[in-house]
Amino acid sequence: MNIVVCVKYVPDAQSDRTFSDDHTTDRTNVDGLLSELDEYAVEEALKLVEAGEGEVTVLTVGPEVAVEAVKKALKMGAHKGVHVCDDAIHGSDAGATSLVLAKAVEKIGKPDLVLTGLASTDGTMSVVPAMLAERLGLPQVTQVSELSVADGSVKGRRDTDIASETVEASLPALVGVTDQINEPRYPSLKGIMAAKKKPVETWSLSDLGLDAAQVGFEGSWTKVVDVTQRPAREKGEVQPDEGDGGTKLVEFLNKSKLV
Amino acid sequence: MTAHPALDKLTAIDSLLSEEERDLATTVRSFADDKLRPYLADWFEAGEIPAREIAQQLGALGVLGMHLDGYECAGASATMYGLACQELEAADSGLRSLMSVQGSLAMTAIHHFGSEEQKQEWLPRMAAGEALGCFGLTEPDFGSDPAGMRTRAKRDGDDWVINGSKMWITNGTVADVAVVWAQTDDKIRGFVVPTDTKGFTATEVKHKLSLRASKTAGLSFEDMRLPGSAVLPEVSGLRGPLTCLSEARFGIIFGAMGAARDCLETALEYAGSRIIYDKPLAGFQLTQAKLADMTLELMKGQLLALHIGRQKDAGTLQPAQVSVGKLNNCREAIKIARECRTILAANGITLDYPVLRHANNLESVMTYEGTSEVHQLIVGQALTGEAAFR
Ligand SMILES: Cc1cc2nc3c(=O)[nH]c(=O)nc-3n(C[C@H](O)[C@H](O)[C@H](O)COP(=O)(O)OP(=O)(O)OC[C@H]3O[C@@H](n4cnc5c(N)ncnc54)[C@H](O)[C@@H]3O)c2cc1C
Ligand SMILES: Cc1cc2nc3c(=O)[nH]c(=O)nc-3n(C[C@H](O)[C@H](O)[C@H](O)COP(=O)(O)OP(=O)(O)OC[C@H]3O[C@@H](n4cnc5c(N)ncnc54)[C@H](O)[C@@H]3O)c2cc1C
Repeated sequence: MNIVVCVKYVPDAQSDRTFSDDHTTDRTNVDGLLSELDEYAVEEALKLVEAGEGEVTVLTVGPEVAVEAVKKALKMGAHKGVHVCDDAIHGSDAGATSLVLAKAVEKIGKPDLVLTGLASTDGTMSVVPAMLAERLGLPQVTQVSELSVADGSVKGRRDTDIASETVEASLPALVGVTDQINEPRYPSLKGIMAAKKKPVETWSLSDLGLDAAQVGFEGSWTKVVDVTQRPAREKGEVQPDEGDGGTKLVEFLNKSKLV
Repeated sequence: MTAHPALDKLTAIDSLLSEEERDLATTVRSFADDKLRPYLADWFEAGEIPAREIAQQLGALGVLGMHLDGYECAGASATMYGLACQELEAADSGLRSLMSVQGSLAMTAIHHFGSEEQKQEWLPRMAAGEALGCFGLTEPDFGSDPAGMRTRAKRDGDDWVINGSKMWITNGTVADVAVVWAQTDDKIRGFVVPTDTKGFTATEVKHKLSLRASKTAGLSFEDMRLPGSAVLPEVSGLRGPLTCLSEARFGIIFGAMGAARDCLETALEYAGSRIIYDKPLAGFQLTQAKLADMTLELMKGQLLALHIGRQKDAGTLQPAQVSVGKLNNCREAIKIARECRTILAANGITLDYPVLRHANNLESVMTYEGTSEVHQLIVGQALTGEAAFR
């Protein structure tokens, strides 16, 4: 089974995140990494292939540094990588991003399965998987916390607040996974040593037959017109316990609508 | 994770590493921070560790016997092995000991001196952490001077029969296989002993004040009968065990600096947030003098470790250089750990912080794989040509 995993390179949530003048997330001047939520998709792909056969290709769309996300997945064990990188992609919204991803998946070949994470840890819209499935004409099973593949179909369990659903779809399909599905592995020494020799292709828009006007600010349906950085966290309130600590705590929780 | 950006910036050790080396350090560090560090205080207090589970996790990371070639071992560089030791020992010397004894002592003995069958039988499982090994050289009365060992192996037809005992054997009670060194009618020979062999007993050493997150045992052999195929065919004499010890010593040069770095990171963090006389402890000159001096020794020790690692990878390393590294880095690491303890004061004596745990562990690290005195004698001999051991 051949699998394409879509992974996003995001700013490290531990460091400060900033916006560029054009209101896009600053991805170049900050520490970045493979979106943690996408590690689950990589792990699931590796498990599926290890239990049977086939190859895992990791795909990312992003600026030059985004190749680090691909490399991390290769160190975890993925077989090859594709990095779509083109200045014209800057400013793409979810719709335009999904168009680039769709063209890249088509160029990679016809995978049996496309895997994505639950949401990126920076944009966090959770819409790219659905858009991508639609563009590829694939059935989509998103937000699954358990996945099995047998006899040409996938079965996934989606947990909601009120029920657990089991959803089935025929292959090829797109599946989005949650952080409950597995425990991503650490890149092993062998993985690290082998990654150097694994192929990573870099494609531009023209390699995908796309035009600059179809992506970026121009090709996007939506545009961020304003951003306000969240104000710095305020200093906490210290309440000395003068025998009435419990009462004060309950008052605080009540006031903050936490109980 | 206690990483301290200002310290990393000052030492800039990362700039001397390749991407692959940095990646390995990062992976071992993340593993240790997520899977080991949260439990260390409890393991140390209880004197218990889930050795098997940890071995399997280390096996999955690929660090057991990582510097060996073939038999499912990764064939990584010596420097890479050193860096793995450093990151594991930043968590706890006991866990690094588990890796050293498995990879550098037991696996190296089988890899370098074993028969093809011995290698096939043990190395892949040991690399995966499915089988655990120990290394029995020291005896109750013979530590620094192993040549005097009393454990004897006698031929009986094709078989060997071993009688005697070993002491201070790391992993002894949890091992599946022991590499045991014994005196024969000819020379000292090594034996590959499955621990379920009749006549083999391992007894845990209790009441340790150091390396509590590591299992230490006494071994005893009573008419322990082994087939002829159990002997390590490719070596006789002390060269066998000493070759393995040299590998493990090398890892300690890096490892000790991991423990020291963890202490210094902890002390820096603590000094920055502890308010004394209305200002942070870090703002006092006496504290800064301690922090500055410790940083110098950490940085020098890290550079020394890398220098020795690069020499080993280039094939130019002399045994006395390993002694220089082990002597200096253990000695400085324990000084740093103790000095950091003074910065944490009362908090420093608890298991809520790693500093006294590291300091206590480093007492063992200074002792095993050749005591500081023995390494002074080796360096002295290299310099003067005079052997002053006896
Ligand atoms: C502050 C901010 C405001 C934004 N405002 C808007 C807006 O108003 N309208 C709008 O349409 N977009 C907006 N964007 C979205 C931005 O362009 C998205 O980052 C991008 O389109 C991907 O969507 P997402 O990050 O929400 O991904 P999600 O839909 O959350 O990602 C889900 C999964 O899709 C895959 N994936 C997502 N992106 C990539 C990629 N680049 N390469 C490979 N795989 C990927 C991954 O598997 C990921 O787990 C905004 C982003 C930010 C940070
Ligand atoms: C936690 C722990 C784990 C260990 N694990 C293992 C293991 O897995 N396998 C194994 O085989 N061994 C192991 N050892 C044993 C270790 O290698 C020995 O303790 C070490 O070699 C020192 O031997 P000793 O304790 O008998 O000290 P001794 O040799 O009795 O030394 C006593 C003192 O005399 C000094 N001294 C020795 N010779 C000279 C000299 N010529 N001139 C001047 N001073 C000298 C020493 O430096 C020391 O200060 C372990 C030890 C510890 C503490």
